[in-house]
Amino acid sequence: MTTTDELRTAAAQDSRVRPQGLRHRIRKDWWIYLFLLPTLLGYGAYTVYPLLASWWFALLDWPGFAAQGTFIGIGNFERLMTDDLFWNAFKNSLVFLVVSVPLRVGLALLLALVLNRKKTPFKGFFRTLFFLPVVTTGAIVGVVFTLLLDASGPVSLALVKAGLLETPANFLADADTSLFAGIAVWVWKWLGITMIYWLAALQTIPQDVHEAAMLDGASGWREFRHITLPLLVPFLVIITLIDTVAALNVFDLMQTMTAGGPSFSSEVIEIFIFRTAFEATVPDLGYASAAAVLFGLLTVVLAVVQALGVRWARREMRTS
Amino acid sequence: MTTPHTQARPVSVASPAPRQGPRPWRPGRRQPVQGVRRRPSAGQVMVFLGLLVLAFCWVYPFIWLLSASLKSTSEIFGSGLSLLPESPLWENYARAWTEVGFATYFMNTVLITAGTVLLIVIRSSLAGYVLGRYSFAGKKLLIGIFLVTFFLPEGYTIIPVTQLTDQLGLLNTHLGVILGLGAGGQIASTLLYAGYFRGLPKELEECARLDGAGPIRTFGQVMFPLAWPITATVVILTFLFAWNAFLLPLVFTLSEPSLRTLAVGMTVFVGEYGTDWAGMTAAAVISLVPVIAVFVVLQRKFVDSIAGAVKQ
Repeated sequence: MTTTDELRTAAAQDSRVRPQGLRHRIRKDWWIYLFLLPTLLGYGAYTVYPLLASWWFALLDWPGFAAQGTFIGIGNFERLMTDDLFWNAFKNSLVFLVVSVPLRVGLALLLALVLNRKKTPFKGFFRTLFFLPVVTTGAIVGVVFTLLLDASGPVSLALVKAGLLETPANFLADADTSLFAGIAVWVWKWLGITMIYWLAALQTIPQDVHEAAMLDGASGWREFRHITLPLLVPFLVIITLIDTVAALNVFDLMQTMTAGGPSFSSEVIEIFIFRTAFEATVPDLGYASAAAVLFGLLTVVLAVVQALGVRWARREMRTS
Repeated sequence: MTTPHTQARPVSVASPAPRQGPRPWRPGRRQPVQGVRRRPSAGQVMVFLGLLVLAFCWVYPFIWLLSASLKSTSEIFGSGLSLLPESPLWENYARAWTEVGFATYFMNTVLITAGTVLLIVIRSSLAGYVLGRYSFAGKKLLIGIFLVTFFLPEGYTIIPVTQLTDQLGLLNTHLGVILGLGAGGQIASTLLYAGYFRGLPKELEECARLDGAGPIRTFGQVMFPLAWPITATVVILTFLFAWNAFLLPLVFTLSEPSLRTLAVGMTVFVGEYGTDWAGMTAAAVISLVPVIAVFVVLQRKFVDSIAGAVKQ
C-alpha cells in the first residue's frame, strides 16, 4: 500500500518536474551557453570536426590543393597496407616510443629522487638547469643539435678524444644512428618536465618514508623497492601515458634534425604525414589522412592499454 | 618519527629560507654531531658527481650556442672544442636581425603568441567558470568530448585544420594561425579554471547577484579577477606553447614567408642560407632569449604550475 502511494507521489513529482524539461532548462540557462559559445565554436571547428573529417578525407583521392577529392572507398588504406615507407615510419615511431619513453620516465625518476632528498646540495639550481631545455623552442633545439652532433661538432670530437670513437662521426647523417640520436636529443629536451611530474608525485608521499631511499646501501634500496615504488605506481602509469603521447608529437625535433633521413631511417609517422600532405611535389591529402587515421588508432590503442594498466595498478595496490 | 613541517610541502624550487652559517638548534631536532655529519658518504659523493656530469650535459649546448653565435662559420666548424671565439663577431646578430628578416619573424611570433594567449584565457575562463560551478544540459557530453580528445596528436588533425582555414580564407594570415593554435584543444586550461572556480565560496557571486549584477558582470568584475593565480598559470603555459609551436605555423605559412614565426624561420634559414651557420646560431640566440628570460624571472611559477597541473 505504502509502496504504491510512494510510487504515485514520486510519479506526481516526476510529472511536475518533467514539463520544465530540456527546453525549459536551456531557456533558463541561456547565459551558460553564451559563456560556452567560444569554446563550443572553437572546439567544434578545430577539434571535433578535424577528428571526424580525417575519416572522410581518408576515403578520398585528393591530390594537391584541388577544391575537393573524389570518393574511392578504402583504396587509400589498401595502398597503405602495401606501402613499405608507411610501415617503415610506423616501425620508427614504435621504436622511438619503446626506447625513449622508458628512458625519459626512468631517468627523470632517478633525478627526482636525488633532487627530492633534503641532503642534496644546490637542488633549486639543478632543477632549473634540467628544466631549461623544456622551455626552449623544439625547432631551434633541433637545428642546434645538427651542429652539435656534426662530424666536426663537439660531441664527436670529445668522443674521439676520450678514445670511445675512432674517427669523427655524424650521428644524424648515419642511417644506423639517426633515430637513436633523435631519441637522445628528445630525452635531453623533455627530461626536465618529467622530473617535475615525478617531484610532484614524490611530494604526495610523506617525506620520512623515502628519506633514505636512494643509494643508502641495501636497506635504502629495499625501502625504495617495497615502500616508495608501490606508492608511485599510479603516477608511473599516468606519467608514462603523458610522455607516450608527447613522444608521438616529435615532429619539430625530428623534422629540423633529420627531416626523416637519411634514406627514411628516422622518418616517424608525423613526418610521413607532413611529407605526403604538404611537402610532396603532388601532395596527396587523402592518402596522408588515411595514414593519420591509422596513427590516431595507434594512439587510442596505447591509451586503452595504459588505462587498463591504471586499473591493474589500483587493484594491485588494494590487494598488497 | 614524523616531523610535521616535512609533510605535504608544496613543490618549490628553492628551500624555504636561505640558511647562512650553522643552523640554529631547535628542540625536536637532533643536534648535529660535529665532524660526523659533515663528512658525506662515498655513495653521496658519487651521486653528487653524477649529478654534476649530467648538469654539464644539460648546460653545455646553451654555452656552445652562445659561443658559436660570436664565431665565423669556418671557426664554428674548425675551432674544435674551444668555446672562446677568437674575436667576437657581433655582426652575426645584425645580419640575422635585418638581412634575413628575423625582425619580422620576431614580430610575427609576438603577435601570434599574444593573440593565442588572449584567446585561450578568454575561452577557457568562461567555459571553466560554468563547467566548474553550474550544472546544465549537455555538460556530461561536453566533458566526455574533452576526455576523448585529450591526447589527440597534432599530426592527426593538421590536414582538416588546414583545409578548414583555407576555406575560411584565413590561410597565410596571423588570425588563421592564432585560431589554429588557440581555438581547439587546450583542455588543460579549461580544467584548471573549472577546478579553481569550483573551490571559490558561493557567497561571493550571490552578493554580486543581489546587487543587481547579471551573470556577465558578475563574472567580469568579481569572479574573473579572483582567478588571477590560475590566469597566471594559463598565460605562462600558453605562452610557452604558442611561442614554441612549429608544425601548424610551418604548414600555414608555407607559401607566405613574411608570416613565418621564429621557429619556422630558423629551419628555412638553414635551407636557404645553408652556409651561414654563424648567422643561424645568432638567430637561435635571438629566438631563445625571450623565452629563457621569462622562464628565469618566473621559474618558480613555471615549475609550480606544471606540478599543480599534474596533481590535478
